[in-house]
Amino acid sequence: MSEQTASWFNVYNVRPETEVPTESPLAWSCHHSGRPSVSEKSRVVLRERAMLGHLILRGGAIMLDEAVREVLGFGLPGRPNTLTRDESGERSIQWLSPDEWLVIVPGGEEFDLEGKLREALGDAHDSSDNHYAIVNVSGGQTLLELEGECARELLMKSTPYDVHPDAFPVGKGVTTIFAKASLILRRPTEDRWELVLRRSFADYLYRWILDAGREYAIGVDA
Amino acid sequence: MFHIYCPYCEEHREEEEFHPKGQAHIARPEDPEACSDEQWGDYLFFRDNPRGIHHELWVHAVGCRKFFNITRNTVSYEILETYKMGEAPRFTAEHPEGRPAETVAAERTAAGADKVERQQGAKA
Repeated sequence: MSEQTASWFNVYNVRPETEVPTESPLAWSCHHSGRPSVSEKSRVVLRERAMLGHLILRGGAIMLDEAVREVLGFGLPGRPNTLTRDESGERSIQWLSPDEWLVIVPGGEEFDLEGKLREALGDAHDSSDNHYAIVNVSGGQTLLELEGECARELLMKSTPYDVHPDAFPVGKGVTTIFAKASLILRRPTEDRWELVLRRSFADYLYRWILDAGREYAIGVDA
Repeated sequence: MFHIYCPYCEEHREEEEFHPKGQAHIARPEDPEACSDEQWGDYLFFRDNPRGIHHELWVHAVGCRKFFNITRNTVSYEILETYKMGEAPRFTAEHPEGRPAETVAAERTAAGADKVERQQGAKA
């Protein structure tokens, strides 16, 4: 290892202790723009899955796949634009680029997971041509779920990406343009869509989705 | 609006997701200190503006954020091919109809093997 290579790193648990109140990126938006309630007429239902653990993994696919299998029990998605999930569906890994994956786990697990992954990757870190990076981005983004018979129509109004079931089968996930902003769009199950938004776009996109969903009597599930 | 094939995402995406980044295949001089001002100026500032086939660097800015190359016809605006970094184009000014796919495939395999060798060399 050359002298310029940093051989150390700091790992912080960024989730504050309970004394500090935590707020999702949409807390202010829900307060300011309101939260239309779900009624019988609602053909789209929006739900925020706030405060999940998001990790970005970067590095070689084979090396990371081994570590992830050891720690999480399921592997990285092998093909571009796909995602893998565990049996409960609560933990998922999505392909973002040839050397980048997004791991989403229930909130609070991400710090432990990062430590375990670093331990599993420990040997790789010593070798000069097996670099990897794990970044905790939980505070930077949030996950929204869209459900309902008109969810796909709402997406069609918002993104140029083809969301027809033939082009967007279950288990696919892409980073694309949505209402002129960028987000990660994924389809973990037959009738549920997930949107991973950046914190700075969250308010704009929340209001966009409410506006786009008004004709379907969109409701926000608490 | 048209669709561009991203060789890393392995599918066609909306043009809006991409940004052009200028001429492709510009090699940085290996020893900048030994360059004359003219050579360095050519490298930094001067670009080709051909009529016909042109190789360009693009980035899939909203998708996988990887750089890749596009061979484009500047007269018809037709995109002839997209290919990954480090690969050789199939369509060139000398071969506007495209070189045989087998030749290119063989070259790419050879280049891949060379890359692995160099990596192993670096390790040793």
